[in-house]
Formats: sequence, C-alpha cells, structure tokens
Amino acid sequence: MIKVENLVKTFGRKKAVDDVSFTVERGEILGFLGPNGAGKSTTMRMVTGFIPPTAGKVSVGGFDMLDNPVGAKKLIGYLPESAPSYPDMTVLGFLKFAAEIRGLSGAEKSKAIDRVIELCFLQNVIHQSVDTLSKGYKHRTCFAQSIVHDPDVLVMDEPTDGLDPNQKREIRNLIRRMGEKKAIIFSTHILEEVEAVCTRAMIIDRGKVVANGTPAELKAKSDLAGSVSLKVKGIGASVVRGKLDALNEVSKTTTVEETDGKVWVRAFPKDAPKNGEVSEAVARTAAAEKWDVVEVFTEQGRLDEVFWNITLSDTDQSELSKQKA
Amino acid sequence: MGNITTIAKRELSAYFASPVAYVFIVIFLLLTGFFTFMVGGFFERNEASLTAFFLWHPWLYLFLVPAVGMRLWSEERRQGTLELLMTMPITPWQAIVGKFVASWVFLGIALVLTFPIVMTVNYLGDPDNGIIVGGYVGSFMMAGAYLAITCLTSAITRNQVIAFIISVVVCLVLILAGWPPVTNFMTQMFPDTPSLVGFVASFSVMTHFEDFQRGVIDSRHLIFFLSVMGFSLFSTAVVLKSIRS
Ligand SMILES: Nc1ncnc2c1ncn2[C@@H]1O[C@H](COP(=O)(O)OP(=O)(O)O)[C@@H](O)[C@H]1O
Ligand SMILES: [Mg+2]
Repeated sequence: MIKVENLVKTFGRKKAVDDVSFTVERGEILGFLGPNGAGKSTTMRMVTGFIPPTAGKVSVGGFDMLDNPVGAKKLIGYLPESAPSYPDMTVLGFLKFAAEIRGLSGAEKSKAIDRVIELCFLQNVIHQSVDTLSKGYKHRTCFAQSIVHDPDVLVMDEPTDGLDPNQKREIRNLIRRMGEKKAIIFSTHILEEVEAVCTRAMIIDRGKVVANGTPAELKAKSDLAGSVSLKVKGIGASVVRGKLDALNEVSKTTTVEETDGKVWVRAFPKDAPKNGEVSEAVARTAAAEKWDVVEVFTEQGRLDEVFWNITLSDTDQSELSKQKA
Repeated sequence: MGNITTIAKRELSAYFASPVAYVFIVIFLLLTGFFTFMVGGFFERNEASLTAFFLWHPWLYLFLVPAVGMRLWSEERRQGTLELLMTMPITPWQAIVGKFVASWVFLGIALVLTFPIVMTVNYLGDPDNGIIVGGYVGSFMMAGAYLAITCLTSAITRNQVIAFIISVVVCLVLILAGWPPVTNFMTQMFPDTPSLVGFVASFSVMTHFEDFQRGVIDSRHLIFFLSVMGFSLFSTAVVLKSIRS
C-alpha cells in the first residue's frame, strides 16, 4: 500500500531525512522509533503529501504522490503531530467537515461520524467548541478526523502523545485492531509502544534508518540478546567464569551479582548464537562440574537497549569526529 | 466544485460562529451610514442618488476588508490546520478559491445589508436604480480585489496583525495611484508626460470604480478587478507552495 523509495529531505544545508526506503502492506503496522529531531515527522509529511521530497518517491495504493496527489491522499488518514483542528468549530462540525471533504454524504456520512465518535469516546463533547477541549479530547478529535473515511492507509505522528495511561492503552488497542485491515505507520519515542503495537519497527536517527525489522528481530540485536545467565550456589564467581570462558561457544562472561554464597554470571555468545547453543554448553558444564545450579536462563534482548545502543554509539562517533576535527 | 463548496461552507460558518462577524457587520453599517449622511452630505446634495454612499467605499474597505481577510491563511498556518487541509484529497487551488469565496460572500452579505439606504433614497425621490446597481457591482468587485490582496498577505505570515498592516499599505497604494489629489500633483510634477500619470492611475481602484458609480458596467473595469483577484490568488498558491517545501 505504501511504498517509499530513497526519500531525502534537506532544509537548507541540513539533511532532515536521508535516504529512507520502506514499504507497508495491508495488515502491517510499521513503527517509527527515534529521538526528537530524528526526522520522523518530516518523513510522514512527505508520505502524506504535505511537503514535497527533495529526492525520492512516495506512492500510496499505486498512486504517485507527486503525479497524482489527490488520488493518493484519498486513501490516507493522517494525524499530524500537533493534532490540529479548527478551534472555532464544534467537534461535530469539524467531523462533518472532515467527512464531507472525504466525499461522504447523507446517511453514509452520519454513520461514519457516529462510528468515530464512539471509537474515540467523544460522545460527551460533540457540541463543544474545539478550543474549549482538554488536550486529550482535542487529540482524539483529530484522531477521529483521520479515520472518519475508514482509510486504507493510516499515518499517525505520535498518536499517544499527551494522553493519560488509560487513553494511551485505548488508542494502542484501537491501532492494533485497525492494523488488521489497514496499512499503518505511526511514530513514537516510547519503546513499549513499538513492542505493544507494531508488526515491524524502524529506528530512525538523524534522518537515517539505523535499524529495521520485527520488534523481535530488533530485540535480538540488543547486546544482551542470546546471553545466558547462570545462578549457582556455594562457589566463587571467578571459578565459574573461568570454566565458562573456556567454552568454544562463549565470547566473554560478566559477573552480574555475587552475594553470600550465590553468584550470577552472564555468558555472551560468540557471533550470532544458534538457538540454545550457549545455554546447552553452559548447562553441560554445570552438570559436569556438579555445580549447585539455582537457575539458567537466556536473555531476550529488550528493544529499548537496541534503541539506545544504536543512538548512543552514533553519538559517540560524532563526538569523536568532532574532537578529531 | 464540491470541494470548493465544502471549504467555503466551513469558512463561512467559521465567520458566523464567532461574534466578530456580527460586530463587523454592525461597524460596517454604522460607518457607511456615518460617511454617507454626516461626511458625504447625502441630504445637502439634494439629489436622489447614492453618490455620497459609494464615494467612501474605497476608504471604508481599506480597513474593513483586510480585517475580514487577515486570518484566512495566517490562522491556518498558526493553528497547524494547514497540514490537515493540504493532506486532504483536494487541490491547493480548491482550498484557496473556497476560502476566498467564503470571505467574499461574507463581504457581499454586509453590502446587501445596506439596502435600507436604497429604500430611503427611493422613498425620498426618484433615483436611477440602474446607477445604484452599477455602484453595488463595482463596490463588490473592489471588495473582492482588496480581499484577494489580503488573502496573499495572510499567506505570507502567521501573524494576522502583520497581514493586516501589509494589506492596508498595498490597498492604500492602489487607491492613491488614482486619487485626484495625487494625480493632480503628479500632473504638476510631470507636465510633459501625461501618459505616465495615466499609466499609474490605471492601476488604481479609484479609476476603475469611478465608471461603476455612474452606472456603467464596463468590461475593462471588470477585467481589472478580476485580474487583481486572479493575480493575487495565483500568488497565494505560489506562496503556500513555497512555505510547504
Ligand atoms: N520546516 C523546517 N525547516 C527547517 N528545519 C526543519 C523543518 N522541519 C523539520 N526540520 C528539522 O528537521 C529535523 C527533523 O525534524 P522532525 O522530522 O520534526 O523530527 P522528529 O519528528 O523525529 O522529532 C529536525 O532537526 C528539525 O529541526
Ligand atoms: Mg516529530
């Protein structure tokens, strides 16, 4: 549904988006994850046709955004970052306008409006003017606008920003449910959100895609991914680590904790670990040495670690190059 | 066409959703009354015509039209709704025309509400109503020209006040270029080149509004006002495109 090829956007001399490519099909939810200023909003603005790319191509449902913007825009629902709406209109008036401009009329229009009012919990405020709404309601009003025409493609820039935890959960559930039938892109700087909602995640930093994959794949890239923790009783950490370091499958070991007679050692795999290889080796060693094992487990990398490692290592590099210069 | 109507309907209802619209209309009616009867010497003229009424329109509009149009695009930019509008399945041109038409209709409503003055003059005497219609058409066209200029200035800035000031200045230039005291002064300054004075004056709304007040609906004058509107709205499209890139 959404096809983005080598998208570039420069503002003056600054590259806000640098060679970003991806596709999103129906049934997929792509999460953009990245710190502030990473280029998430700029990318979404090009996908929705608000700003033209400096280079690259966007097509939605087969319509090229530059050649046939109206055709492409018909398929899209868009929730901009600031969730804007016309302050002097009532919620109902605003939704009617959104429905009409999307080509809905008559009974179809009323039905569509009723549906989004219910989905976005706006029943209590429909006759209120937008500028008197609280931030959460304002946000949901704009959200309602973006789905009033039941679009095939949904682009949402930080859809849960500024909501309270309950509302956040509701919106996430809603996105997940809609994701079954639509192609969705949403951005966030909240890591759990990506894990909770996305089928795929892209980590963007300084305009570049630095990682791309399913939340599980990204998780596996984390440093801790595949490491095996061993907790044993009645023996020193140095002895345990010495034996594990000697294993072929293990690249290094660390001591996580050593308290009265109990140690917790972590063994890291060499290269890309095959399923269970390291834990098998560790378990075999423990059995052979007759250690009093309390627990053995394999770490599933956490997405936020992937995220921070990638952004941090880039920062380090740019710091270094600055110092050199 | 449907999209233009939808945009225009929204814009127009936004005017009437706030008390500003009613305040504006009241001020407009009070001022036209004041200028016609107190300054224009409606009764002293002792003739059944609306000369005293239309005479002041270029000056009244100088402030009132920018006040009506200044929010057109600057507010869209400031509120961020420009991003919504420009990602809807419409062309920028439809949005520009829709918003312009809404404000023009609003000014038209204000103008139509001056009808008691037409009734008054018909009650008191026997005016040539063809001349009055000409005056109204000219006045409405002139309002459209001022409005299109305001449309352009409001696209340039997020700040309504700045949009207002620039519009007033531009419209003032368009008045002064053909205002008799200025043209007389220019004729004295450049007595050898009357064509220059004529050329400058041909850009003035005064020059083009004059014939309408005499009841003449001349296509040249219509074309002038329509060209100002077309040019300004086209420039608005260019400005909106450039701020989006
Ligand atoms: N209209 C603009 N003019 C100049 N710079 C911009 C503009 N929009 C965004 N930027 C810059 O581009 C970079 C990416 O911004 P943005 O896409 O908003 O990041 P994110 O949404 O990931 O926080 C930022 O450094 C921002 O300052
Ligand atoms: Mg952003």
